[in-house]
Amino acid sequence: MPSPAHYREVEQSAEFVELRKRFRSFAFPMTVAFLVWYFLYILLSVYATAWMSTRVFGTITIGLIISLLQFVSTFLITWLYIRHANTKLDPLSSKLKADLEADMEGSDL
Amino acid sequence: MAVVIMVTRGGLKRSGDFYTGGASFSGRQNGFAIAGDYLSAASFLGIVGAVAFYGYDGLLYSVGFFVAWLVALLLVAEPLRNTGRYTMADVISFRVKDRPVRMAAAISTLLVSFFYLLAQMAGAGGLVALLLGISSPVGQNLVIVIVGLLMVAYVLIGGMKGTTWVQMIKAILLIIGVIVMSVWVMARVGFNLSELMQQAIDHVNSVKPGKGEGLLSPMGKYGTNKLGFISLSIALVLGASGLPHVLMRFYTVPTAKEARRSVTWAIVLIGLFYLLTMVLGYGAAWLVGAENIAKMPGGANAAAPALAFELGGTILMALISGVAFATILAVVAGLTITASASFAHDIYNSVIKEGKADPRQELRVARITSIVIGLISIVGGVIANGQNIAFLVSLAFALAASANLPSILYTLYWKRFNTRGALWSIYGGLISGMVLIIFSPAVSGNAAAMFPHAHFAWFPLDNPALVSVPLGFILGWLGSITSSEHNEEKAVEMEVRSLTGAGAGGAIDH
Repeated sequence: MPSPAHYREVEQSAEFVELRKRFRSFAFPMTVAFLVWYFLYILLSVYATAWMSTRVFGTITIGLIISLLQFVSTFLITWLYIRHANTKLDPLSSKLKADLEADMEGSDL
Repeated sequence: MAVVIMVTRGGLKRSGDFYTGGASFSGRQNGFAIAGDYLSAASFLGIVGAVAFYGYDGLLYSVGFFVAWLVALLLVAEPLRNTGRYTMADVISFRVKDRPVRMAAAISTLLVSFFYLLAQMAGAGGLVALLLGISSPVGQNLVIVIVGLLMVAYVLIGGMKGTTWVQMIKAILLIIGVIVMSVWVMARVGFNLSELMQQAIDHVNSVKPGKGEGLLSPMGKYGTNKLGFISLSIALVLGASGLPHVLMRFYTVPTAKEARRSVTWAIVLIGLFYLLTMVLGYGAAWLVGAENIAKMPGGANAAAPALAFELGGTILMALISGVAFATILAVVAGLTITASASFAHDIYNSVIKEGKADPRQELRVARITSIVIGLISIVGGVIANGQNIAFLVSLAFALAASANLPSILYTLYWKRFNTRGALWSIYGGLISGMVLIIFSPAVSGNAAAMFPHAHFAWFPLDNPALVSVPLGFILGWLGSITSSEHNEEKAVEMEVRSLTGAGAGGAIDH
């Protein structure tokens, strides 16, 4: 097993700091964004019922369009995250993992 | 049943295999299994019924249940897979005092699973009774007993591997069933969604003149308790990532990357499913009519099977009902295995035996626990039969969001988090959630409550999440900053492991 000192060393390395920054600077703002968007939808549904029931064409209302956009945005965020993780996170994390696990050889893992 | 026996011919010798199927599933397989776990009878029958009765308000449920997966994708699935092995408690207790925190996490796992299980068992009674036309309480209770016994058999024989296969197959059947019915409904209106909704509105207007437009407006169902609905939305969107049986599914894959793939697959399948339930709901409102569904045994839950009958006669109805039954069975099996893993691994091995239990012994305890949980849920299901199922499900979601999610997020992202913070947030979220539910209008004080003739409801909201979720987060923070305990070494190790996956076990090959 890598020693605590080794974990500390990795944690302070420029590469790890960069990895953490890349992960958090995507995941945290995105989480805030989709939660704000979702609760905006809920609050509009609860307090702006007349506006949400406005027909745009046929029976398609503003509320229905926003509901469907919630689905669209969820699929979109999923796709963006996968792309971000594959190109920006995985190369760095696999490298750090390989470095760390080189020190685990011979241990019971 | 045959599937379960086939995939487990090799036998289960280690407790880890029993819990995680040897962490050998691919991301895609696991994604199907997650969808199988998540798309319970409440989703399939409940949401189709809610859309058929209330239109837009049914849709609000789908959106919440679906958007919730982004929390899992962005914040929870990968780091959790990287730091844990079998249960949620593995992760939360990693860098704090192991035994008390593990105990707390295990108690919370057991309680949340139990409420979810109860809802499914009660649903099974109602559903099968409806499908087979059994309306006597004795017959319904018999159905609950059979479901319980089948579930225990699945879990005992198949372990996580067998259960996962059942969930995958069930997810595929369910989604095919929903696609076939949706295409059928849409074909009748020239694949025009607006036309479909217009037909549903016209049908309602023909029965109750002037009421049809209600299918398009929000708050047809929740209008009387607006804050209550906001509270429910919080539970829906934050609860999914705290549900123990969902969390445990991240351990059945070998790496964080596969955990990410499985959540992606789950999001695609679950999103497709919820979009189609909207079509089925409006289809049922048009072709069957809410006034007719309401008269059937099972009420709103009968919308999907009734629509199947309208479209394809007895055969399609039998097929759809079979799928719904498999759904309940798969979900209760998933819950049982999660609860028994948590009891055997966290309480028996780690707390009672101080981590020294022989794996075979732990496995034996897990199996005995499955039987006990099966029996308790049969009894609970019989008692809960006829109760408000949606209430029990939202109870499980609210508890998961207030007791589990805060400590999971703090553990993964806040180095300062410690033992007191973990205990306060888990027990605080759990206790406040339970207390507020007991004194909510869902339990007493009105005709729709569990105890309609008692009056002790002083808390105005059906769902406690609006209060208990922030409380869980605040207590976790407050507990942490008022205690000086801090294990820097372990915190650093956890941070490095959660992001890189170093030392995460992988597919177990020792």
